[in-house]
Amino acid sequence: MSILDSKIPKGPLEDKWSNYKNNINLVNPANKRNIDVIVIGTGLAGGSAAATLAELGYNVKTFCYQDSPRRAHSIAAQGGINAAKNYQGDGDSNYRLFYDTVKGGDYRSREGNVYRLAEVSGNIIDQCVAQGVPFAREYGGMLDNRSFGGVLVSRTFYAKGQTGQQLLLGAYSAMNRQINRGKIQAFNRHEMMDVVLVDGKARGIIARDMLTGEIERHSAHAVVLASGGYGNVFYLSTNAMGSNVMAAWRAHRRGAFFANPCYTQIHPTCIPVSGDHQSKLTLMSESLRNDGRIWVPKTKEDAEAIRAGKKKPTDLSEDERDYYLERRYPAFGNLVPRDVASRAAKERCDAGFGVNKTGEAVYLDFASAIERYGKEEAFTAGHKNPSKEEIIKLGKGVVESKYGNLFQMYEKIVDQNPYKTPMMIYPAVHYTMGGLWVDYNLQTTIPGCYATGEANFSDHGANRLGASALMQGLADGYFVLPYTIGDYLAQDISTGKIPTDTSEFDSAEKEVSDRINRLMNAGGQHSVDFYHKKLGKIMWNKCGMSRNAVDLKEAINEIAELREDFWKNVKIPGSADTKNAELEKAGRVADFLELGELFAKDALHREESCGGHFREEHQTPDGEALRDDENFKYAAAWEYTGKPSDAILHKEELIFENIELKTRSYK
Amino acid sequence: MKLTLKIWRQENATAKGKMVDYNIDGIDGDMSFLEMLDVLNEELVNKGEQPVEFDHDCREGICGSCSLQINGEPHGPDKFITTCQLHMRTFKDGDTIVIEPFRAKAFPVIKDLIVDRTAFDRIQQAYGYISVNTSGNTIDANTIPIEKENADDSFNAATCIGCGACVAACKNASAMLFTSAKVSQFALLPQGEVEADRRVLAMVEQMDKEGFGNCSNTGACELECPKGISLENIARMNREYLKASVK
Repeated sequence: MSILDSKIPKGPLEDKWSNYKNNINLVNPANKRNIDVIVIGTGLAGGSAAATLAELGYNVKTFCYQDSPRRAHSIAAQGGINAAKNYQGDGDSNYRLFYDTVKGGDYRSREGNVYRLAEVSGNIIDQCVAQGVPFAREYGGMLDNRSFGGVLVSRTFYAKGQTGQQLLLGAYSAMNRQINRGKIQAFNRHEMMDVVLVDGKARGIIARDMLTGEIERHSAHAVVLASGGYGNVFYLSTNAMGSNVMAAWRAHRRGAFFANPCYTQIHPTCIPVSGDHQSKLTLMSESLRNDGRIWVPKTKEDAEAIRAGKKKPTDLSEDERDYYLERRYPAFGNLVPRDVASRAAKERCDAGFGVNKTGEAVYLDFASAIERYGKEEAFTAGHKNPSKEEIIKLGKGVVESKYGNLFQMYEKIVDQNPYKTPMMIYPAVHYTMGGLWVDYNLQTTIPGCYATGEANFSDHGANRLGASALMQGLADGYFVLPYTIGDYLAQDISTGKIPTDTSEFDSAEKEVSDRINRLMNAGGQHSVDFYHKKLGKIMWNKCGMSRNAVDLKEAINEIAELREDFWKNVKIPGSADTKNAELEKAGRVADFLELGELFAKDALHREESCGGHFREEHQTPDGEALRDDENFKYAAAWEYTGKPSDAILHKEELIFENIELKTRSYK
Repeated sequence: MKLTLKIWRQENATAKGKMVDYNIDGIDGDMSFLEMLDVLNEELVNKGEQPVEFDHDCREGICGSCSLQINGEPHGPDKFITTCQLHMRTFKDGDTIVIEPFRAKAFPVIKDLIVDRTAFDRIQQAYGYISVNTSGNTIDANTIPIEKENADDSFNAATCIGCGACVAACKNASAMLFTSAKVSQFALLPQGEVEADRRVLAMVEQMDKEGFGNCSNTGACELECPKGISLENIARMNREYLKASVK
């Protein structure tokens, strides 16, 4: 077992990043023109990194599987982005954002990285506003804020329920500026199939042009993986259909350690599953918990009557409802962190209080918010004795202005009007905190191979707080990586262009072609989706919201068997030298079938409950997560050795010098 | 429910395409339109036939990947949604549904229902941005107050998802609504005003170069836009263009 070096700079927490920046190697502008960087993925982390690196003078190539960089899945982030601006004067500070994030992550993230994140958070907002990102504003012209789970201040900036879209389009426009200058070459509808190592350093990639099927070689002095998370290992998740782990997993197979794969965020407010045909799950932004109250019926009789369609939720009076989050967590109420809210929903549904046909749904109710806002509006307009109808009409207007697009989305999917009847929600896989292990420089264990955004593991510990993913993606891409990568690239100023006609590229390309041929020529029994759905069921039932040793051991075996069957019997029609959606899916599912096994192994080895990882064997008498700081205060970084369940564990001990470890309480 | 699907099949960009009939059964009203196509594709794969290729990704109406002309309408009969949000409860048992790719000279077909919309990217690359560096420091975000109405209008214009329904809906295959949405987003903000003249000239020039048609104020684009982008943006772009041209 080796000790991983996080390379956290010495010195006081608040000076680390400044000192680091003052002491790194820089590359002069003329030399940057001779250095190439490849960026995989064009979401918030990749798009912002590509734009900034190109602006600094590097030659950048971007790769994305979508037809345009603008379609990366960051676009779907809804609620907002955190920044410690303290515009509301409610006591916010860099330290408090840092503290909330470490606590929210259940003390399984790295102090140095998180403090840096908090430190640059304010600059992100400045930057985005300068780029023309239209954040929500107040009548006075100043930026508006809302609050999110797990914190006691309002520090979330937003653009209705489309914050991710607006931020991504900002990064995309910054990319476009560099594309127009010829500094970024964008390879869209391209998938990275492997990373190429020369003398132990990442020096390029093998990519597949998804339209022609052509296998291409691209060289560079460094490779940045900003390829997102792996939630689709569960088949059903809030991720896009194409979201996949291929880039990260290929790097893992080449020597990049994979950290904490079992840390998965199951988001509490998603639209419940409606049937077997379901292809994806839709999130209802956490921002809804600002105004929505979550409840189930107090009695099982009422829950049964509702499930049978004999009663409607609006038939139940206030005392017939159990606002279970407000009851269990009076201090944070409906704004507890996501892991806590999800488990609480599962607990109520497992106990028989679920409210839809399958018994797997709880209510998210806006009636009291509509009333509260309506009264306020009427009062402001001078109507001191408004009628009930007037209050509801005005209140609906306010709720619509805040969450209009989310309510519309809900109505289209569920065919019910959430202004009139409470929404039904249930937890769903949303985000993966685990990812490639990186040091303070965001470099993986392969020199020259970097990982940013959701693809890395460092900032969110075992549970990510709402509105922190957008913050991390942009912090990594705009403000962190452009510095840290320069320190590495300074050694490459006289390297010259990396040739692609070398044996390293030859053999990597051959491996990719062989793999595609194996998939195309497999037995032809079952479709790719058949396997993906089976994998998803194993993951959800045995590695989902609560886990135990028996299930996890079964999962490891079942996934290994499924993988073997997949390679023997998968069926892919058509040919590999054309657009072939089944082949694209097959390559991704093949990697999920390996990752899933490592995921279960990681969950099995972590004999504690922390954040999104809940082990049934480790809980307090009242069902809260029970951490074991003595034995598990480390990041688990796995080294690939062939079979995923034979991976070798390396521990990075997490050092807490500025925060005292406590039992996380939101009561 | 049982349905008859008439779907455009085309092997590649240069091949000749044709409509092919498929019968499908067991479709549930709670399925999305794309989930219905998933069912069809699963059947085709199991029979060893090539599945129907279509663009899709987020399946929650925001990435702009999905397209499809359904019974002659971009994104189908429902308003203010994309194809992935269209649910089968909109249709009846026994219906025949005609599914084609978006049709426009500037959107050539790649395969089956997939079209090439990179012309939109090139319009944005021409000047769909504010020339501000992303590294380094800038002024505090609250230094310039922005009138809420302008911020809201700018946001509304910025919600365009770049799906191309406006082009597909237009008898001239014009991209005015798309281009004007970006021009408006920036023209309404003080940060964007500085380069407003150069921006509108460059983006319109690129739009014309791509082979999109002219605007004849029919308004079909606004009606079919899944995000409800307003025609006012086209008027604003025309004003901006005129202003920039006479300087």
